[in-house]
Amino acid sequence: MIKNSEFKICFSVMTVLTILVGLFQSWGIALSMLNLCLISAVMAMGVNIQWGFAGLINFGVMGFLAIGGLATVLISVPPVPEAWSAGGIGILISGLFLLTVVFSVLIINKKIPNHKYKNYFIFVIIILSIPLLKFIAGPSISKIESINAATSGFLGGANLPIIFSWFVGAILCALVAFVVGKVCLGLRSDYLAISTLLVSGIIITIVKHEEWLSRGVKNVIGLKRPVPYEVDLQNSEWFIKLVEFLNSSKLSNVLDFDERTSLLNELVISSSGVFVKLCFSLIFLAVVLIILYFSEKALNSPWGRMMRAIRDNEEAAKAMGKNVVKQHLFIFMLGSAIIGFAGAMLVTYDGLFTPSSYQPLRYTFLIWVMVLLGGTGNNYGAILGGFVVWFIWIQSAPFALLVINIFTNHLDETNYIREHLVNSVPYFRYLMMGLGLLLVMRYRPKGLLPEKIIKN
Amino acid sequence: MDFLNSIILLTNFIIVPGITYGSQLALGAIGVTLIYGVLRFANFAYGDLMAFGTMIVILVTWFLQSKGITFGLLPTALLALPVGILLTIAVSLFFDKTVFEYYRNKKSDPVTFIVVSLGIMFVLNAVVRIIIGPNDINFMDGHKFIMKAREFKQMTGLNEGLALKSTQVITLITTIITCSILFYFLNKTKTGKSMRAYSNNEDLALLSGIDPKKIVLLTWIIVSILATVAGTLYGLDKSFKPFTYFNNLLPIFAATIVGGIGNPLGAFYGGFLIAFSEIGLTYAYKKFFKYIMPEGLEPSTLIQFISTDYKFAISFAILIVVLIFRPNGIFKGKVI
Repeated sequence: MIKNSEFKICFSVMTVLTILVGLFQSWGIALSMLNLCLISAVMAMGVNIQWGFAGLINFGVMGFLAIGGLATVLISVPPVPEAWSAGGIGILISGLFLLTVVFSVLIINKKIPNHKYKNYFIFVIIILSIPLLKFIAGPSISKIESINAATSGFLGGANLPIIFSWFVGAILCALVAFVVGKVCLGLRSDYLAISTLLVSGIIITIVKHEEWLSRGVKNVIGLKRPVPYEVDLQNSEWFIKLVEFLNSSKLSNVLDFDERTSLLNELVISSSGVFVKLCFSLIFLAVVLIILYFSEKALNSPWGRMMRAIRDNEEAAKAMGKNVVKQHLFIFMLGSAIIGFAGAMLVTYDGLFTPSSYQPLRYTFLIWVMVLLGGTGNNYGAILGGFVVWFIWIQSAPFALLVINIFTNHLDETNYIREHLVNSVPYFRYLMMGLGLLLVMRYRPKGLLPEKIIKN
Repeated sequence: MDFLNSIILLTNFIIVPGITYGSQLALGAIGVTLIYGVLRFANFAYGDLMAFGTMIVILVTWFLQSKGITFGLLPTALLALPVGILLTIAVSLFFDKTVFEYYRNKKSDPVTFIVVSLGIMFVLNAVVRIIIGPNDINFMDGHKFIMKAREFKQMTGLNEGLALKSTQVITLITTIITCSILFYFLNKTKTGKSMRAYSNNEDLALLSGIDPKKIVLLTWIIVSILATVAGTLYGLDKSFKPFTYFNNLLPIFAATIVGGIGNPLGAFYGGFLIAFSEIGLTYAYKKFFKYIMPEGLEPSTLIQFISTDYKFAISFAILIVVLIFRPNGIFKGKVI
């Protein structure tokens, strides 16, 4: 893998971008950019598995990211015993009720032969179960939400290490993707795009408004971390010694003892932030490399060849005896699981879960731009796209400011147009994304690193 | 008396808002469906095209207001509408020439069209936010209410009031006018018929001497008019915020597919179906049942099918149900 030239391109681009930002802005900014680039790369690989390998359009990325984020809350947050004793049983009963409804629908669907009114019957069952569910769960939900509404008001989680939640997020996403795939995957490409977009809308609405589960718009803050906290680092002996050692030349110039301690303190505080981000970077990099390794293996295996055969000519693959429906469902689940994994990573890195921040533009279409720009069907392309697009996304505001300042230099500082443009600097990133996407689609429709056609 | 009260209650809280919202969705959905029928792709940039048209209307409204020109009792935005329509047509044609034409000539697959429409969506999104900002803007002026709830109560002596905002009436009238012209055009004129023929079977239409360039041009013009009108009506009725316009794309898509994609009349009904189910399923019927049920049988709960938080989710759920049971839409559209 190391010999691969695309691998080199990817990771040298990443290193150069990080070092440039580190030199010109600050190492803290550079590392947080790198971390988000790595997370974006995982998301892009997830989408690439669905779209690049199998040709399935999934515009529901946002929904799967939110499910991954929800998993971090459900796994890592300590449980709220008062809420459990107040409404836990009610929630469990309604959960059982929901399961019964689902299974009865499945059984009816399987056992009863194709009757004319079968579908309508199932439809009526589902419609009736919604108010019933509300009736059963309603009292316990309001009880749970009223306990310490300002600080908790939800059931809490399992109080496990947050790394677990990444895997749980992936599994949850795969389960949801199974249901969504069963319903939507039979549709033609553009219908699939629209319906997955709408499904992700439903998921977001649920996460946003079921406060007993996720605190909804009240957000969950202060999530656990897989890496040390800044405060602990600042008080630990070895870290202070490390900083002292790394900056020994700088410190030896200062002779006064008080001045020296205050400088050391400052350095410790600033480098503790960098150290934490560096730890995150290492974990994320490991994740990216592992997923990349398996993804490449899969792509070059007989299974990968079969997927591409299905993508390129579904009819022919069907004629060769391949189960297209089953494979589509499997790859849809696989890609969604990776997206969910990335969603959990993102929330872990942010340290907070804010359901209202999930918007399609940022969490669905931006990821799609990464995949399309980087190169569909090529894992390295997806990673490169993740890096480049996130870099542009972050850096376009300062860049736009620079350009505006150059062009409006002759204008007065308080000039209306200049002020207005400077205020709207954050929106230039959308413009950059749109133009970038249009240009790539026109002049390099296969992306920056196109898919390699393997000829045997 | 109780019966009348209950009817007024439903009219005030379901029928009037439903008709207004339904008309706005219907206008939008007809636009999406026409693009799908003639140009054969789902245009994700449509919500932002609506926002762009509305933005122009707002800017012209502000200009007119600064010159002291108003439209009397009616909102000034109606005066500004033609300018907005013209500029939106210009923008649509610009994007068609620079972007879509290339892919049309190459006969690209629908997915490519969706992707480039995403690119245009990003661009329009940025343009609108850079020019007018991301904030809520209320540009409704003129007479606000045709009838206030209190006046209605005094007039009729009923317990329940019926409020009628002028924007609601304007929306309804504008929709009726726009849709009747549109359906007359599509069904009765020669150009409209050739447009439908092109949508139905491209090759056959080309054989009978229909000029595809003219059809495409015409489609963009009609779509831009619909987008601007729908956007302006929505903005007058509620308020203008670029993000809301982007979000409205989703119920519009739902309405389009529910009505059968590529079928303008279906899209019209689809809009109303979505609007009424959104409002009807989230309304709490407690008061209504209080009026019509005999004493002692009044309900103690809200009698609400699902909470208003799930308003948007309803239209999505309807869409998914329709996709499972009738993938061609309720009113038969193009075969998928």
